[in-house]
Amino acid sequence: MNRFIAFVKKEFFHILRDRRTLLILFGLPLVQVLLFGFALTNEIKNAGIAILDNDKSPHSQQITNKLLASGYFQLRENLRSNGDIERAFRKGTIKLAVVFPAGFTENYEHGRSAQIQLLADATEQNTAISLTNYATAIIRDYTTDLNPTVQPPLTIDVRSRMVFNPELKGAFVFVPGVMAMVLLLVSALMTSVTIARERETGTLEVLMVSPLSQGQILLGKVVPYLFLSFLNGCIIIALGVFVLKVPLNGSLVLLLSETLLFIFLSLSIGIFISSIVDTQLVAMFASLMALLLPTIFLSGFMFPIESMPRPLQLVSNLIPAKYFISIVKGIMIKGAGLRYLWQPTLVLVGMSVLSMGLSLRNLKTRLS
Amino acid sequence: MDAISIENLSKSYGDRPAVSDVSLSIRPGELFGLIGPDGAGKTTLFKILVTLLLPDQGRATVAGYDVVKDYKALRQLVGYMPGRFSLYPDLSVQENLAFFATVFGTTIPENYHLIQEIYSQLEPFKDRRAGQLSGGMKQKLALCCALIHKPEVLFLDEPTTGVDAVSRKEFWDMLRKLNERGLTTLVSTPYMDEASRCDRVAFMQTGTVLAVDTPSAITTRFTKPLYAVRAADTYQLIQDLRLAPFAESCYAFGEFLHLTVKSADVFDWQIGSYLLDHNHRDIEIHPIQPGIEDTFMALMTQPEVTI
Repeated sequence: MNRFIAFVKKEFFHILRDRRTLLILFGLPLVQVLLFGFALTNEIKNAGIAILDNDKSPHSQQITNKLLASGYFQLRENLRSNGDIERAFRKGTIKLAVVFPAGFTENYEHGRSAQIQLLADATEQNTAISLTNYATAIIRDYTTDLNPTVQPPLTIDVRSRMVFNPELKGAFVFVPGVMAMVLLLVSALMTSVTIARERETGTLEVLMVSPLSQGQILLGKVVPYLFLSFLNGCIIIALGVFVLKVPLNGSLVLLLSETLLFIFLSLSIGIFISSIVDTQLVAMFASLMALLLPTIFLSGFMFPIESMPRPLQLVSNLIPAKYFISIVKGIMIKGAGLRYLWQPTLVLVGMSVLSMGLSLRNLKTRLS
Repeated sequence: MDAISIENLSKSYGDRPAVSDVSLSIRPGELFGLIGPDGAGKTTLFKILVTLLLPDQGRATVAGYDVVKDYKALRQLVGYMPGRFSLYPDLSVQENLAFFATVFGTTIPENYHLIQEIYSQLEPFKDRRAGQLSGGMKQKLALCCALIHKPEVLFLDEPTTGVDAVSRKEFWDMLRKLNERGLTTLVSTPYMDEASRCDRVAFMQTGTVLAVDTPSAITTRFTKPLYAVRAADTYQLIQDLRLAPFAESCYAFGEFLHLTVKSADVFDWQIGSYLLDHNHRDIEIHPIQPGIEDTFMALMTQPEVTI
């Protein structure tokens, strides 16, 4: 037991004395959460628009004011002719142009169909769709406000409500995503690199010719990272809840247990990687290519799995982060309990058993 | 019982043999040297003996334990210092030593007497990171770490490679002192001059052992006359001597060339007149006694010489 404690102590010395390791351990989650929280967001605020008002009427004025008051749009330019529209798009200062045709008021007040043209810069297609949707909704609002009693005949009135995230906050999506990414990175990458380092410097040879068993060596490597990763997980949850106002509707105990499970899985993947590579560089590369990139692209963190082609959807089933993200979302946002989350939990347990089994099978009492 | 006994040991990596059919026996309390150039198979042999590699053929025992079957017991008994510096550069001198002591189930105070003499030189730097020590200091620390658990057999794989001449001498003095206390030591080195510090040496070349003997006896295997030759143009001299009809071999040793001649009836005046014919100046020739290095060179080029 003394041996084991000495080993863990030594591991902590390695971690605490290496600035790069410390930076990855504690700088990375902080920077990522804050970056995603405040700088990188796909919510639309203050998009630049231009108005071409050929009508110059109270109606066009009021609609313009209503658009600008919404907070989604910011007026960059008042245009004079159709030719100006294209020029403004080319300059890149505006994302949306609103055109009131001449005779708009007359058509509107005499009950004929009045038209407003919306032109959106579709080089960013998602932004373009969102902007035209927002603008359309605001304009429709204007007409219903004006004539509350007049119902157009035979229309279907669609009322949507955003359940769980009424304000459509992006933090709800990325806090679980960042958590999965950081835990995977810290646990898997760091463990695989640190074991590869001992192999590279030859100290593993000396350790092997000692009464320490290979299992003890691995466990000694894992324990410090388990501890630090758990600390990391707690930091990210705290940042999410207190700084980014992500709700914690479910059980904290369940959330922490699931986090531990995911960390254990990541660590065993890290050990598995280290058992098949020889150098730190390869270990790092393997962790990044095999874990980080798929986690970002295929776990549903950045891109919805439902809209991927079928083969990629199948691949995404192999990504542990996919299950963890859905569990974290379930607990934090939907307040779901284990009754709803047993399936992804079971998958994570299964993956842990599999990768731990594989790495134990690769345990060597000798050099290759 | 032998401290280390090796019987017909072979090991190859893929189809490249590293150690082929090596047999050796090392007696308890011996300071035994394994001498040979890089790639001779010394490190592979070491790794088999310290249970890190499995031999393809043959068997070996260390302190009576089989290196394959009893590897667990053996790992408690051997002290191993690999060829390159294998301590933690980010831990201090003291922390490294304490770590290895604990791993082997002992403490520094318990076995301090074993390392006192060596460690006392390191003590002023005990809080320094091991990575910031000089080459000689690193080797001393590594030796302390290999000794702290009171091993029965000590394996040192090229401990003096990359270490300055003074530290090398000090290191061998320390090994001799440890040996006087009865510690069996197997040490490998590519430096021939270190062979004379061992009780017995084995010459290795391309995976095989060429000769085993005491350093003084091994030179008696060198039977042909040997001359030290010097002239103004060393490069031209070596070219000409190698082409001479009486020359067996010729190697550069410092400022002299060592020339082995084919038979005892070649005399120095014959060599002299040959060199004068080839326009050499400032010629100096005198017969010498063969050293260990000469013997090794001769053994290397004559694979038919067996022990």
